[in-house]
Amino acid sequence: MKLADILQETYTALSSNKVRSGLTILGIVIGIGSVIAMVSIGQGASGQIQSSIEGLGSNLLTILPGVIQPGRGIVSSGRGAAQTLKNEDIDVLQGIEGVAYVSPEVQRRFQIVSPAGTNTNSTVIGATPEYEAVRNVVAANGSFIAESHIRSMGRVAVLGPTVAQDLFADSDPVAKTIRINKINFKVIGVLQSKGSAGFFNPDDTVFVPLTTMQKILAGVDFLSTIAVSVENKDLMPQVQESATTALLVKHRVDPQNPDFSIVSQADIIGTLTQVTDTFTIFLASIAGISLLVGGIGIMNMMLTTVTERTREIGLRKAIGAKKKDISLQFLAEAVVLTFLGGVLGVLLGWIISLAVSSLAGIATSVSVSSVLLAFGVSAAIGILFGYYPARKASGMNPIDALRYE
Amino acid sequence: MIECQNIAKTYKIGEIETHALKNASFKINDGEFVAIMGPSGSGKSTLMHILGCLDTPTSGQYLFDGHDVSKLSDDELADIRMKKIGFVFQAFNLLPRAAVLRNVMLPLIYAGVSKKPREEQAKDALRKAAFPEGFWNHYSNQLSGGMMQRVAIARALVNNPTLVLADEPTGNLDTKTGLVVLNTFQELHLEQGRTIILITHEQYVAEHAERIIHIRDGSIINDSQVKNRRVVNGEL
Repeated sequence: MKLADILQETYTALSSNKVRSGLTILGIVIGIGSVIAMVSIGQGASGQIQSSIEGLGSNLLTILPGVIQPGRGIVSSGRGAAQTLKNEDIDVLQGIEGVAYVSPEVQRRFQIVSPAGTNTNSTVIGATPEYEAVRNVVAANGSFIAESHIRSMGRVAVLGPTVAQDLFADSDPVAKTIRINKINFKVIGVLQSKGSAGFFNPDDTVFVPLTTMQKILAGVDFLSTIAVSVENKDLMPQVQESATTALLVKHRVDPQNPDFSIVSQADIIGTLTQVTDTFTIFLASIAGISLLVGGIGIMNMMLTTVTERTREIGLRKAIGAKKKDISLQFLAEAVVLTFLGGVLGVLLGWIISLAVSSLAGIATSVSVSSVLLAFGVSAAIGILFGYYPARKASGMNPIDALRYE
Repeated sequence: MIECQNIAKTYKIGEIETHALKNASFKINDGEFVAIMGPSGSGKSTLMHILGCLDTPTSGQYLFDGHDVSKLSDDELADIRMKKIGFVFQAFNLLPRAAVLRNVMLPLIYAGVSKKPREEQAKDALRKAAFPEGFWNHYSNQLSGGMMQRVAIARALVNNPTLVLADEPTGNLDTKTGLVVLNTFQELHLEQGRTIILITHEQYVAEHAERIIHIRDGSIINDSQVKNRRVVNGEL
């Protein structure tokens, strides 16, 4: 029997019962469609997180005081509690080969009041001019903190766009005076928006010179964080290694029990992709269950069809159809059903993922691999769930089949 | 030419053995028109299944065109049915949602004949079965019983078989339509020299053949030429 003839037979058989074929296909469409949509949402989310973290600087090492406890992860590291990072550490880090910039930071939350009396509670970061290069921030208006401000302990502030909006609405804040913790600061610049990075919104911050922060606002002599930018990505492990060694020597602590931690962007991305991957697998496996149900629908329909067409099978065998011909014919019906379901399902999944990204604002991405996987899975389901009915049909005795009422 | 030598068929259901056919021996020459006659339960259906290579005998030899086919596998039997046997059934057994032409072409599809010659052969067979050309593209479930049976006859002829096997071909038809079908068989026999085996339980139908094999309780009780053969042309 030729392939064209098998397809013709399949077409006749499926089109003669359009409603039943359509409903069976619908089962597969929903299954494949939800797998495509779910995987695209998961992959989109992980892509978005990855790019927003890379937007913060992909050559970044973050040194935190205290220890990240194994198993507790980065999020719950309890940073800020320890006071082990000092200003002297900056010089040590600057001496390491491969380090481009070192940006020491002190973070606190303060009440900020504008001249008009509007106020907000935001993160205030004491920073040096290096912050601009290390964290990829750009002043949209005015300028960032300069070296002279550091030396003179200047009472100047640079506002993140969210804070600027909250305090001054649409008027230009530059050269105005704000009060941070009841001390007057002159606004010298406003930053460009960077967007939220998930746990931390860099737009909702105010920057003041590091010295001003340590001596006047907070009255401390330690640092919350030291961000180190590395000359290029390949040097990251090497710099992380030397920074660890140098700080261990400087702090005179046991290497088994350090009083600081160094986290690279790769570590953060790794942890977060692990989370989104788990999320994607979870979504896809729920969708996979509906695909399985669709497959069972195919099998159910094929078994009904085989029973209904028993006499036809008997006739076909009587006029010379071999076992292989009969089983191929029924297998082809199942595979064509799932294949059609697969094509429509990919389209449906694509539409759902577009709708989700435009309506709910969640980034989605339909990858070629998930489309290919969907086709592969749907064809496999056709063969898997069509095999038993096809074998049942081909194994019929023509005499009994012809007598079947 | 087909030849049966001591053919027996025994069915075993649990411990009980049923002898459907006991030591049947006969010979049918090419070009003969033979009726196999007997009441229901006589074993004529079993005999037909063996003659039509749908089943194999428990013992004995069945020579089809000089080859012993009694020990062949299912697929080998299917091959013989495809090439050498044409079936006509009581219930017609046409594909309901396919056109007449496609029904007739069906055996050729399994034989792997390509599209063009397949269509030619099918049209040729329809003409031989005296099926009117105006209905060739009708769906088979739109036809009358007599028309359906002629489509079935055309389908049986399309592979140019050695043997045409008709199982109660007039059983579902009224007398007059039945006569038309019997006429078709007689013409096929007379004009084209086909070998035809007609299975029936009616004496009247059997008398349209040249020779009648009577079977009862699994044994052949009589095998003789028909003395006053009925010719349809005179009856119509």
